[in-house]
Amino acid sequence: MSALTDLTIAEARAGLAAKRFSARELAAAHVEAMERAKDLNAYITPTPDKAMEMAARSDARIAAGQAGALEGIPLAIKDLFCTEGTRTTAASRILDGFVPPYESTVTSQLWRAGAVMLGKTNLDEFAMGSSNMTSAFGGAKNPWKRRGDARDLVPGGSSGGSAAAVAARIAMGATATDTGGSIRQPAAFCGVVGIKPTYGRCSRWGIVAFASSLDQAGPIARDVRDTAIMLGAMAGHDPKDSTSVPRAVPDYEAALGRGVKGLRFGIPREYRLDGMPAEIARLWEQGIAWLREAGAEPVEISLPHTKYALPTYYIVAPAEASSNLARYDGVRFGTRVAGGSIEELYENTRGAGFGAEVRRRILIGTYVLSAGYYDAYYLKAQKVRALIARDFDEAYAKCDVVLTPTAPSAAFAMGEKMDDPVSMYLNDVFTVTVNLAGLPGISLPAGLSSDGLPLGLQLIGRAFDEETLFAASHVLERAAGFSARPGA
Amino acid sequence: MSLDKATVARVATLARIKVPDADLERMAGELQGIMSWIEQLSEVDTKDVAPMSSVVGHVLSQRPDAVTDGGRADAVTSCAPERVQIGDGAFFVVPKVIE
Repeated sequence: MSALTDLTIAEARAGLAAKRFSARELAAAHVEAMERAKDLNAYITPTPDKAMEMAARSDARIAAGQAGALEGIPLAIKDLFCTEGTRTTAASRILDGFVPPYESTVTSQLWRAGAVMLGKTNLDEFAMGSSNMTSAFGGAKNPWKRRGDARDLVPGGSSGGSAAAVAARIAMGATATDTGGSIRQPAAFCGVVGIKPTYGRCSRWGIVAFASSLDQAGPIARDVRDTAIMLGAMAGHDPKDSTSVPRAVPDYEAALGRGVKGLRFGIPREYRLDGMPAEIARLWEQGIAWLREAGAEPVEISLPHTKYALPTYYIVAPAEASSNLARYDGVRFGTRVAGGSIEELYENTRGAGFGAEVRRRILIGTYVLSAGYYDAYYLKAQKVRALIARDFDEAYAKCDVVLTPTAPSAAFAMGEKMDDPVSMYLNDVFTVTVNLAGLPGISLPAGLSSDGLPLGLQLIGRAFDEETLFAASHVLERAAGFSARPGA
Repeated sequence: MSLDKATVARVATLARIKVPDADLERMAGELQGIMSWIEQLSEVDTKDVAPMSSVVGHVLSQRPDAVTDGGRADAVTSCAPERVQIGDGAFFVVPKVIE
């Protein structure tokens, strides 16, 4: 039998049901693997004791015939989800000592389904970044390395710790969040699958807020089926989040077998960027061929406002962040740096507690919202955003799903792209439109770069049509037969 | 529009973030770089375009106007950097704000 940590969630579910191994054995195998892989820095806070306790309760429920949909499955939780009694950092110094007295809706649904928590994973500070390098705890490392090159690579971001943990087999799956690409880009960099569902699918309640009109939770796992299983447990209406949508959650796993015969998939011409690496362009062509061979029909589409998506994002996201992060005041939770007056206390606490990228974004957000600039920046951006969403509406008159690369490159080395903030922002060029329009998007590993690193393809769906994404990505997954592993 | 040192200092005050004087010049450069990249939005014609106000056309639902939570001062203050218990009440502690 292969190692327990190599199993997919679906395989582990079958093994637990057949009593081939116990939830405690499964948890223990992961706890040991986490200990050996500490150098990856994928976890900010491992919770091995909690994992073993939860696994023991899972075994009791399995024995009593009361197993939930994720019974006994060991998962990692991005350290942006509040977990009752377990410190939650958002990878920021400013949340020092914050132990939430409540549980986020998404994680409480996972525990209700029987999942086991292995720990809290690393991320860019407040999810602001594409490399993990802005984490106050140091970035997680990508378990993959370039062939013949010992340098450590970034796992992407912001959900880099989650993607690295899943790729390194120190979690079967992980929660993540995506504001501009933070699930899909790290999934692509680490050779795993990640889906950002439609805005409103998952409750945002209890997730540390970054940009509320863009943030959405989703799963990262090693194959498409596992993400479908996880999303089924994570999604659903929550009265505590007024933007969560009261729609029934479909059986995502059942959608996997639908196939793509007759499906029209759009190829947006604006995504053919000048200077796109040849191997990314080739992978995209390969993806088109795979879908075509499975009976789907490619359609050339236009998303004319694509080039304005990133600048729009860098108004909307910092503006919302500057407002959301106003709560870190050194009074109610987290760290405090004393001052002679309350204003000084605020300024000292926030000056010392926030890292450079977070400070930068709060200042941009404050600037674009300040008196006299609101119309020129925020209102303008929300208008361009409406045009970006309209581009997709028009495209979906001609096609059912859109196929693109996930990221413009493979994983880069730690420390690269750090000189100029804008060059880091360009990582999200293919993913950010999806957040602005509120649509679902999935990334799956589809091939290797010439130096042996995973590359991802992205499928974008209509609002609330995650099922088509699962069906089409399952077809791509089987065609790609991606079986490479990090460190092999 | 150029983002100079004085503007950065003013915005930092609005955001209640202490920025050392020595850092203002560098930050002005960084923020100016980002803002001039954002400036390309001005070439988009947005005449007659309504700003997006709801992401997926979702209409916010209403709920009964009822108290559903409260009376948990201990939990609410449990993570405060400085708190005080007076009788049955738990309180946040801040520097004196009233003369």
